Amino acid sequence: MSDVNDVIVSSFPQGTPAIDLDPRLRAILSHADDNMVLAQRLGEWISNAPDLEIDIALGNIALDHLGVARTLYTHAGQVEGQGRTEDDFAMGRTEREFLNLLLVEQPNGDFAHTIVRQFFFDVYQLLLWAELSESDDETLAGVAAKARKEAAYHHEFSSSWMLRLGDGTDESHTRTQQAVDALWRFTAELSEPYADAWQKGTAMVFSEAGLLVPDDAYQRSGGREGYHTEHLGPLLAEMQWMDRAYPGMDW
Amino acid sequence: MTYDVPVAPGESAELEERIEGAAEGWPMWEVFVRARRGISHVHIGSLHAPDARSALQNARDVYTRRGEGVSVWVVPSSEISAFEPEAAAEYVEANEKVYRLATTYDIPDEVGQM
Repeated sequence: MSDVNDVIVSSFPQGTPAIDLDPRLRAILSHADDNMVLAQRLGEWISNAPDLEIDIALGNIALDHLGVARTLYTHAGQVEGQGRTEDDFAMGRTEREFLNLLLVEQPNGDFAHTIVRQFFFDVYQLLLWAELSESDDETLAGVAAKARKEAAYHHEFSSSWMLRLGDGTDESHTRTQQAVDALWRFTAELSEPYADAWQKGTAMVFSEAGLLVPDDAYQRSGGREGYHTEHLGPLLAEMQWMDRAYPGMDW
Repeated sequence: MTYDVPVAPGESAELEERIEGAAEGWPMWEVFVRARRGISHVHIGSLHAPDARSALQNARDVYTRRGEGVSVWVVPSSEISAFEPEAAAEYVEANEKVYRLATTYDIPDEVGQM
């Protein structure tokens, strides 16, 4: 005899399906995973950015996201109450168990792709942290209040680069519009909770930067349920291999 | 950084010009930070940036992430005028005129920054 749950579990033998998680834990992990995955992506720029200053700026932003992820993973462990640590969540879960938005796992591409991805996410996070700073969960509200200030700076950085690139040379404009066109399909997932506010926040910068909202309505989603694009697996493999090869290692 | 870009005949001149332009990089800016109210901005270094807004952002990331200051100025390095080092005698040496050196005054602690 098998019931519905058996079917769901056996479909994803690698780990706990998101559907089985307590909703509160699931929400905390979703935000932690967003920040963890984006931190890992931004870290790939270290030593590769167009200028020393941008190298440091992207590294700083990555560290802000990593700090948020660490605090939220630790909090998730406390909420779950089964003794899981931040490392267990970050290094010990499979692709299917990560609940991050599809947007943040997309490859860095050129500098314009990285900036557009960051800008879309920053507008989302400003709205998210404003909402969560009012949360009944005091720890979460504290994280949100601190992260909100960081997100404000990230947004200043990314939106000013949207203007500089979008309204810059022909080359920078073309590349930025291409990045917008490529990443737009992942925005329903993050604009959905804040529909109008997110659209307004991006539209203002778009019009000033001379960028067009794609008229292609096609949208991908599923990150929050653990259905990811092909890019998350390799990212996790690189991030997790050492802990998997030497479990519990310390240095 | 070098690029191995496939080039169609006739396009190479334009492409080379573009790559040369990129290699020149961004202009240099001098960064001045005021550590706290009541004292002057102090020069703490320089950086590259495409414009003033970006220079301020870069200054924040490179020099002031750890609460170093309450105010930051950035100035295009090309806007700073300076004398040549050989002219130092003319400009900055006291030339044995000891009366110019206020070394005989004791400054009370209450005066603070002079």
